[in-house]
Amino acid sequence: MTASTAGAATPLLEVRDVSLGFGGVRALTEVSFHVKKSELFSIIGPNGAGKTSMLNCISGRYTPTAGKVYLEGRDVTPLTPNQRAVLGIGRTFQNLALFGHMSVLDNVMVGRHHLLKNNFLTGSVYWAGGAQQEELAHRRKVEDIIDFLEINHIRKATAGTLSYGLRKRVELARAIAVEPKIILLDEPMAGMNLEEKEDMARYIVDLNEEWGMTVVMIEHDMGVVMDISHRVVVLEFGRKIADGLPDEIMSNERVKTAYLGVDDEEEKAPMRASA
Amino acid sequence: MITSSLIPCGQFKTSYAADNTIFPTPVSRAFAIGGVALLIAGPLFLNNYHLNLLIQIGYLGVAALGLNILVGFTGQISLGHAGFFGFGAFMSAYLNNNYGVPVALSIPLAAVFTIIPGLIFGIPAGRLKGLYLAIATFASQFILEDFFARADWFSGGSSGAMANPINLFGYELSGDRGYFYFVLFCTVIAYVLGANLMRSRDGRAFVAVRDHYLSAEVMGVNLAKYRILSFGLSSFFAGLGGALYGHYLGFVSAEGFTILLSIQFLGMIIIGGLGSVMGTLMGTAFMVLLPETMEAAVSVVKAMAETDVAWLTNGLAYIKQASIGLAIILFLIFEPDGLVHRWKLIKSYWKFYPFSY
Repeated sequence: MTASTAGAATPLLEVRDVSLGFGGVRALTEVSFHVKKSELFSIIGPNGAGKTSMLNCISGRYTPTAGKVYLEGRDVTPLTPNQRAVLGIGRTFQNLALFGHMSVLDNVMVGRHHLLKNNFLTGSVYWAGGAQQEELAHRRKVEDIIDFLEINHIRKATAGTLSYGLRKRVELARAIAVEPKIILLDEPMAGMNLEEKEDMARYIVDLNEEWGMTVVMIEHDMGVVMDISHRVVVLEFGRKIADGLPDEIMSNERVKTAYLGVDDEEEKAPMRASA
Repeated sequence: MITSSLIPCGQFKTSYAADNTIFPTPVSRAFAIGGVALLIAGPLFLNNYHLNLLIQIGYLGVAALGLNILVGFTGQISLGHAGFFGFGAFMSAYLNNNYGVPVALSIPLAAVFTIIPGLIFGIPAGRLKGLYLAIATFASQFILEDFFARADWFSGGSSGAMANPINLFGYELSGDRGYFYFVLFCTVIAYVLGANLMRSRDGRAFVAVRDHYLSAEVMGVNLAKYRILSFGLSSFFAGLGGALYGHYLGFVSAEGFTILLSIQFLGMIIIGGLGSVMGTLMGTAFMVLLPETMEAAVSVVKAMAETDVAWLTNGLAYIKQASIGLAIILFLIFEPDGLVHRWKLIKSYWKFYPFSY
């Protein structure tokens, strides 16, 4: 598969020659890939490969030192994260980033922020300015998401008191509530047990197939990635080393080297250096 | 956990509207309405001293609500709240004295005008956090204080400004009794507005900015906008409280709005509970009543003592101030979530009494 934008339609998300440097450290070097509509796309790579940096460049947390990010053909590189959220980029975080003192319900409702119209004036006079109807209408949508992720029983619980697996699910719910065109999941299954992983994988596949949402996922569990992804991009030391269908990636020599290292004598030298 | 849900069993909500009310249960709502009704009947059986305390709790509570929106809900810090409180007081007097705006109108107008300095001094909040913001708001306190002392055209300078009593429908609310109703009305309105704000979009955005600003931004919340807006809303309530204060005393002087008052506002919301609308009122009541309790305690000791206790009565002013400081410290150590949390614990204790499991 080539990196060029094949096909008539513009890809939903295109990352073109993105480089990111922090002082002397080059986190990303001229990375390009694209994600098509309703695709389940994975970014993999060894630790420190720049996967999360890549996601941060897409969601707007970082501005790339060079290169552009396009959403539906529109250059979003100069936009702030909140502007990108409005345009349709939602995400979850690798480290839990819930609003700890809010209830699960309120957490998910914050996801509706850009879809709600009421403001501090109409909100303060709740009953008169239409804020109530709007809040309740969105509550209904939020309840659909809560149903889908099976977190009904904790909807009134304080987010900070939940277990790790549940928090990850609430985070996913909150990201879905944004109704993004593309949802970025940063290690949605990290630190989960097998059962929780299976659940999460099912939610992600359902999200993609039933809700028709485009998903970009970073994940270390190769079994899950190769099972559910449509396409995969592999990063190593901030560079793209492969891009293609899961099967192609599995048989790619470069990827094997990146993950497993190479033969003995070549491998030992850097090992000693780092020790 | 008994504290995780205080909704008693048997409370089944069958609509989202019923699940989204300010008060979680009909009983709690009935208590709040009953409380207000009791206050309306208050002047029938309370003397002027008690009314005076209630009026103080009212106007200080309104201003403290503003600070709680800023500090408790949005997670910012302000050491300049008294400045905005004073701005509201002077503004209302200024509008009334110079433009003949009736007091009943100049008070809310002053609150609206106080948003302007609030937004201006809130601009650094778009970029600063924590200690740096504290210093910036500290500066706003002194800038406003200095402004009150020097701007003769606005505040009367060092001689202060007269604030006329309120005049409603040709009837002058000069005594404590009449003014009490006006303050009660404003306080209830302010608290209803505050509670509504916190269950709608912008209130949630404030809390989101406090709890995790990075993910708030990814959810589409404009951080700078909400940080500055929070200052604006906070100064609205400060201005409202200040205007009520000014027309109650009948005279506004720059000396009343020092950094000490700013700290006391912080004390109120810390004691009451950061991030709780009702806690604000509890904390304000605590802060107003604590010095009075001290005074009463000292007079009791004086009456009972057989030896000379002049050292105690002479030190009353210090005892009052020290008690406030001590209360803040003790709350920070033992009940950082404030009176409102303690109240919840008490409720949950009695809910399960005598079987606490």
